[in-house]
Amino acid sequence: MNFKSLSALAVTTALCAPSVFAADMADELTIVSWGGAYSKSQLRAYHEPYSEKTGTNIINDDSSAEAVAKLRAMNEAGNITWDVVDVVAADAIRLCDEGLAMEIDPATMLAAAPDGTSAADDFGDLLVSECFIPQIVYSTTFGYRTDLVGDTAPTDICAVFDLEAYPGKRALEKRPINNMEWALLCDGVAKADVYDVLATPEGQDKALAKLDTIKDSVVWWSAGADTPQLLADGEVIMGSTYNGRLFSVIEEQKQPVAMLWDAQVFDLDGWIIPAGLSPERQARALDYIMFATDTQRLADQAKYISYGPARASSAPLVGKHADMGIEMAPHMPTDPENAKNTFLYNYEFWADYRDDIDAKFQAWLAK
Amino acid sequence: MTDTTDTGPVLAADGTPLKRSLARALRMQKMRALALIAPLLLFVLITFVVPIGQMLWRSVENDIVADTLPLTVVALASWDGNSGELPSEEVYDAFARDMIVAVNAKQHTRLGTRLNYEKTGISSLFRKSGRKIKKWDPVEDAPFKEKLIEVHDGWGDIETWRTIQAHSSRVTGGYFLNAIDMQKTPDGPAAQPEDKRILIKLFTRTLIMSMIITCSCIVLGYPVAWILANLPMRSANMLMILVLLPFWTSLLVRTSAWKVMLQQQGVINDVLVWLGLVSDSARLIMINNQFGTIVAMTHILLPFMILPMYSVMQTIPPTYLRAAKSLGATNWTAFWRVYFPQSVPGIGAGSILVFILSIGYYITPEIVGGTKGVFISNRIAYHISSSLNWGLAAALGTILLAVVLLLYWCYDRIVGIDNVKLG
Repeated sequence: MNFKSLSALAVTTALCAPSVFAADMADELTIVSWGGAYSKSQLRAYHEPYSEKTGTNIINDDSSAEAVAKLRAMNEAGNITWDVVDVVAADAIRLCDEGLAMEIDPATMLAAAPDGTSAADDFGDLLVSECFIPQIVYSTTFGYRTDLVGDTAPTDICAVFDLEAYPGKRALEKRPINNMEWALLCDGVAKADVYDVLATPEGQDKALAKLDTIKDSVVWWSAGADTPQLLADGEVIMGSTYNGRLFSVIEEQKQPVAMLWDAQVFDLDGWIIPAGLSPERQARALDYIMFATDTQRLADQAKYISYGPARASSAPLVGKHADMGIEMAPHMPTDPENAKNTFLYNYEFWADYRDDIDAKFQAWLAK
Repeated sequence: MTDTTDTGPVLAADGTPLKRSLARALRMQKMRALALIAPLLLFVLITFVVPIGQMLWRSVENDIVADTLPLTVVALASWDGNSGELPSEEVYDAFARDMIVAVNAKQHTRLGTRLNYEKTGISSLFRKSGRKIKKWDPVEDAPFKEKLIEVHDGWGDIETWRTIQAHSSRVTGGYFLNAIDMQKTPDGPAAQPEDKRILIKLFTRTLIMSMIITCSCIVLGYPVAWILANLPMRSANMLMILVLLPFWTSLLVRTSAWKVMLQQQGVINDVLVWLGLVSDSARLIMINNQFGTIVAMTHILLPFMILPMYSVMQTIPPTYLRAAKSLGATNWTAFWRVYFPQSVPGIGAGSILVFILSIGYYITPEIVGGTKGVFISNRIAYHISSSLNWGLAAALGTILLAVVLLLYWCYDRIVGIDNVKLG
């Protein structure tokens, strides 16, 4: 072991101390995910049936938010302790770019739909990276307090920028992604031109100028749980967050909150398998993936959380919530009633412009 | 006395010079001591010094360009970027050969990410071109210049080549330039455009706010430490538990509690409105700004100030104050001239602890700091875990470390480091 890998190993040990000793045990899988309600839905839809079927012991690690940095550190140390990792598509693309995730061949590594449609066709456009197996479609969208927005409930994304009709604070995420698109859309840019405009410095200034009009009324969030709390406490009258978080505020906590689906931004979350696993571990990880991303399993997850399954063939199988017994289909971001005006997260654009626009956005925030 | 120095070295009982025999005995002792601390020393070296050293090295390391495109870097060296003309076929040929190797090793996208920090758009340029270049043959498919430009017009842009050329050295000062709101351009160092400057501002804000937090900790902690030191043992221990209680509570819980207290619909505002001191429409904004960060961090760091002060104050005999008063000093004079100077080492130790802890704080500012109350450490965290620009994060960290050492040095010059006591 040379000097560099030794020191990198030390860094990795510090970063991933809890999972270090879990590696390389027979019949064990270390699965990394986001924690909270989301991990719980995976536990019930995927982990429990899989353990029952194969006897494999599954260890959960709630490190997805830091997954890219940690995988990079593990890779440098040459000691990868994770078998399957749940990441958003943008992170999967970066991991694939860095050679930290293995490439997946949908034809041989993923299950075909029950009617025989190949996995590649079943996932369709959602296979946005060679390394990524999509699991759910979620969206970033707005929720508003029904009792605090006055008599006319907002139906249009531009209500966020309309301080006259809807005075009060709004919660927005502390990063440029999504906010810049919404700002341009409400500044009169046609939906089809948004990214062309945003690619120019003038377009970026235009979006920031639009955000400037509401800057004093914005509470900036960085964790997905912030907006639900701010809405529940009445700190803000509307705010953006992930649709599943709003579902639980509305249906589980029965808060006076409603969804504003307009201009919701679709994004994908799914699995990657780290590159450089030993053949046995890789085979185990692939076996799990084959099981956990088949049509029935993806539909099962929607029983526990309001995110849409990534396979076309899973959609008709989505039923009722396992505990509350409410019909889940109308709560899916992909439901036709909700998806009248949507964006799809532009992976390519943000891979290129993220660093540049983020620097401008943060400088603008600090002004 | 003078006789002995004249008659040669002093001998020990066995006839060896006393000096050498003493040195041997001391060496044995030192070795034994070293063996005792060896486990800790090794632990600190392996888990602390080496990783930090390596992180610091990252702030100047830039092997990736020369490693991924070895032929291109050599070929580009003779190209004049200011000539206004694209590089010759020779460069394109070298580049195509490098890329074919890099694409097969999946290195080209990593290089794209690296260069995208310098010029927006290079990331997708490398990713898109890689797919097509993969099928090429270095001999049969030559010449490459037109082919590459056909694959993506980015290869026909002089700026792309100038960027590669400017960042091809193995050791770079580019990250440090970025860390102080400048950038390394093909024409040499230049200031960042105004709308991207943020890091210097964050450094100054971090320093100023850390000082405010340290001062408020002194102001709040001093009386508490004084009471603790002057109460009978039993009640002092009770109070001590109250001081230590925050230590036993999770940091996140404490920070979130401040959120509940300070927010506009929170406890403090509710009470003020109920008392009629503040109207319902003009509730105070006490969170998501600098005030929120200062309040929450003062609370969290207060024990680090109180404990050293308390242990120093305990060693000050109460008889000194009584003696001063019996000699005619007023209460204030007795405190200020007799008691306070003796408690300064405690203040010094507490201040260093609190200041250095707060300068690197990250979770609390992230949760309660909004946009005006975040620190440089939040930006470092962003570059470590989100943008993956570890070079820049390392440069920022190095600067922060240097600033802390500099302040420590100033402190040593002004107050004196031997004037610091933890008890």
